[in-house]
Amino acid sequence: MSTTPMQTPKSASHLDLLESHAIFILREVAAECERPVLLFSGGKDSAVLLHLAKKAFAPQQLPFPVMHIDTGQNFKEVLDFRDAAAAKAGARLIVAKVQDSIDQGKVADPGPMGVRNRLQSVTLLDAINDNKFDAAFGGARRDEDKARAKERILSFRDAFGQWDPRAQRPELWQLYQGKVNPGEHLRAFPLSDWTELDVWEYIARENMELPSIYFAHQRHVVLRDNMWLAVGEWVVPSSDENIEVRTVRFRTVGDANLTGAVDSDADTIEKIIDEISIANVSERGATRADDRFSETAMEDRKREGYF
Amino acid sequence: MKTVTKDLLRLATVGSVDDGKSTLIGRLLVDTRQLFDDQLDAVQAASEKRGVGDLDLSFVTDGLRAEREQGITIDVAYRYATTPNRKFIIADCPGHVQYTRNMATGASTADLALVVLDVASGLKEQTRRHLCIAALLGVRSIIVAANKMDAVNWDESAYNKVVEQINTIASELDIASVKVIPVSALIGDNVVERSANSPWYNGQTVIEALETSDAGAWAGTQDGARLPIQWVLRQNGGGRTYAGMLCGHTIKVGDKVTLLPQGVETTVKAITNAAGPTSEAGVGLSIDIDLEAETDAGRGDMIATAPLPTVSKEITATICWFGDKPLASGQRLRLKHTSKVTPVRIAAINGVVDIETLKIEDADSLTTNQIGLATLQTADPIVVDDYREGRVTGSFVLIDEVTNATVAAGMVGRASFF
Ligand SMILES: Nc1nc2c(ncn2[C@@H]2O[C@H](COP(=O)(O)OP(=O)(O)OP(=O)(O)O)[C@@H](O)[C@H]2O)c(=O)[nH]1
Ligand SMILES: [Mg+2]
Repeated sequence: MSTTPMQTPKSASHLDLLESHAIFILREVAAECERPVLLFSGGKDSAVLLHLAKKAFAPQQLPFPVMHIDTGQNFKEVLDFRDAAAAKAGARLIVAKVQDSIDQGKVADPGPMGVRNRLQSVTLLDAINDNKFDAAFGGARRDEDKARAKERILSFRDAFGQWDPRAQRPELWQLYQGKVNPGEHLRAFPLSDWTELDVWEYIARENMELPSIYFAHQRHVVLRDNMWLAVGEWVVPSSDENIEVRTVRFRTVGDANLTGAVDSDADTIEKIIDEISIANVSERGATRADDRFSETAMEDRKREGYF
Repeated sequence: MKTVTKDLLRLATVGSVDDGKSTLIGRLLVDTRQLFDDQLDAVQAASEKRGVGDLDLSFVTDGLRAEREQGITIDVAYRYATTPNRKFIIADCPGHVQYTRNMATGASTADLALVVLDVASGLKEQTRRHLCIAALLGVRSIIVAANKMDAVNWDESAYNKVVEQINTIASELDIASVKVIPVSALIGDNVVERSANSPWYNGQTVIEALETSDAGAWAGTQDGARLPIQWVLRQNGGGRTYAGMLCGHTIKVGDKVTLLPQGVETTVKAITNAAGPTSEAGVGLSIDIDLEAETDAGRGDMIATAPLPTVSKEITATICWFGDKPLASGQRLRLKHTSKVTPVRIAAINGVVDIETLKIEDADSLTTNQIGLATLQTADPIVVDDYREGRVTGSFVLIDEVTNATVAAGMVGRASFF
């Protein structure tokens, strides 16, 4: 761990306990599994996960690589951050591309501006198979969605990569057991018990860097499906759509054609924390078109092997 | 910016199927405004779609398709709530006997059990089973919602009958702190808002009881510190540092420690927590420790201060069996205890708990969801405390060698109430 001056002991806060629990999970899975990988998108949750992984194993190198499933429709600011953060952590970065899955004919091509989010599951499962990973750390949190709220911290996936919510392994105390047979794997979620606010309070406390799009900035946007989408390569407005310049930020980071920006003046971490503390719309509700398709959109995607 | 020093209370709902656990949690979250507008809208839309009135509060936690179709909780839902001084981690557990393993999952990390029962029918066998499991797991404090008071016209005698039943079983199970609250989760009486329907009740509402009960009981404290070694960190200079999560008791630089099972005595040279070097660390924190002596310790070993835990290849324990086939003597499994995994053989089944009487009956096997006593022999020595002394060092799980499924929860020793 780091070499800062000696602290004076104080009682543990909820952030201290969440941090320690996450570090415990990272170490436990790294010790029990043969070939773990850390899924790293460059978003705030995976940035926190990478930060915790560095703490868990310092001064050693990370005992696993990091992997990004690249839909090809990501924000450039996020990809730049991804590369810089992985390099700074001294981590080996694997990038698995949805475009490759399309080129190999494994998934149907949705067209240049089509939605690729759901195709990621195929690319992800192939990458897990090809690299023989038996565990994949993800930054998912249980407060994000009602299906995630049901998932274990170590979540078993069968040989088809599927999650069966009706047959989860019991998970008692903090006895996380990570044994799987060949072809099966685990997803491990060290941030399970963190809320969006916990994540931001932790980012503030640890003085972490993040992609710039999380902070308020001016952007050309267009209103679609009640969401402000950033005008760009994958969002080309039609003649009857109005382009506006607004001061916005992103509350989550996903594909540019699926992730809405929110009106916001919050240009510092402190202002973001204030904004979230009084928000009346959830993170995913505000910004993710991928969860709006049906009542159980997330459960259905998770069953197929999604993050 | 808000203050970030809150404490953490983990609670689990327990009780029989359909008595209103999920509705109560939904009510708590809605009335304390923990739900976002879009989440509430989604619950409303799902309720309308299934024709169950304008707002079925159980849909706040019953998020799986099968759960909503069947109106039953299948697996634990974790939900989070915050008040100015406290963060709550809420595990809404299923009541159905078939999902007892999931209830045990939710209750195993709880500081406190929120027991829900239907006042009209009172204490059922399944409520007794859940209370027994919660007590075995070490929950020493319960808040009881005597629910569906609206359905009995707020009859004080129905509430008093539940109080009597709960007091009896709580004393049988050595549960020290008990509060029974007359509640209607459906209408929202005495959950967050005080009810006008119960002028005869002057006690706390559910939220008041939750805000004032002890937090942080989960990890618990004992007289000795224990650090099960999870990972050995090689320092750049060549030294070795032992990483793990501390339990039992605080530890300080200079403390005399014993490395187990080796039995090597030495001293704590340095401690580092997630923020850096420190002179002392508390329970529940992930820390690294440097020892004075050059030792050859690894994952599965333990650093401990006196009074020391026991090193043994044979333990007697209380078992909650979740496997599909019965557990009998002679069976081989894998055991995971702290960071140690070892083959284990069931040497004997020493009895099974009768849920009605809470007495031990003779038995030579345990069937699904039964609780019993067993003697186990491990291939490697394990370093244990009695579960009632140390929740981390006294607990283990049994793992099926073929499927790798977790098939039992085990607690070293035997509860005083059997
Ligand atoms: N009249 C009345 N009905 C209630 C009350 N609370 C819950 N119910 C009803 O009881 C039924 C079961 O409620 P749930 O909350 O799903 O019960 P549960 O304990 O979570 O059930 P499982 O999780 O499946 O064990 C539903 O139809 C609720 O509407 C109450 O206070 N009064
Ligand atoms: Mg329920």
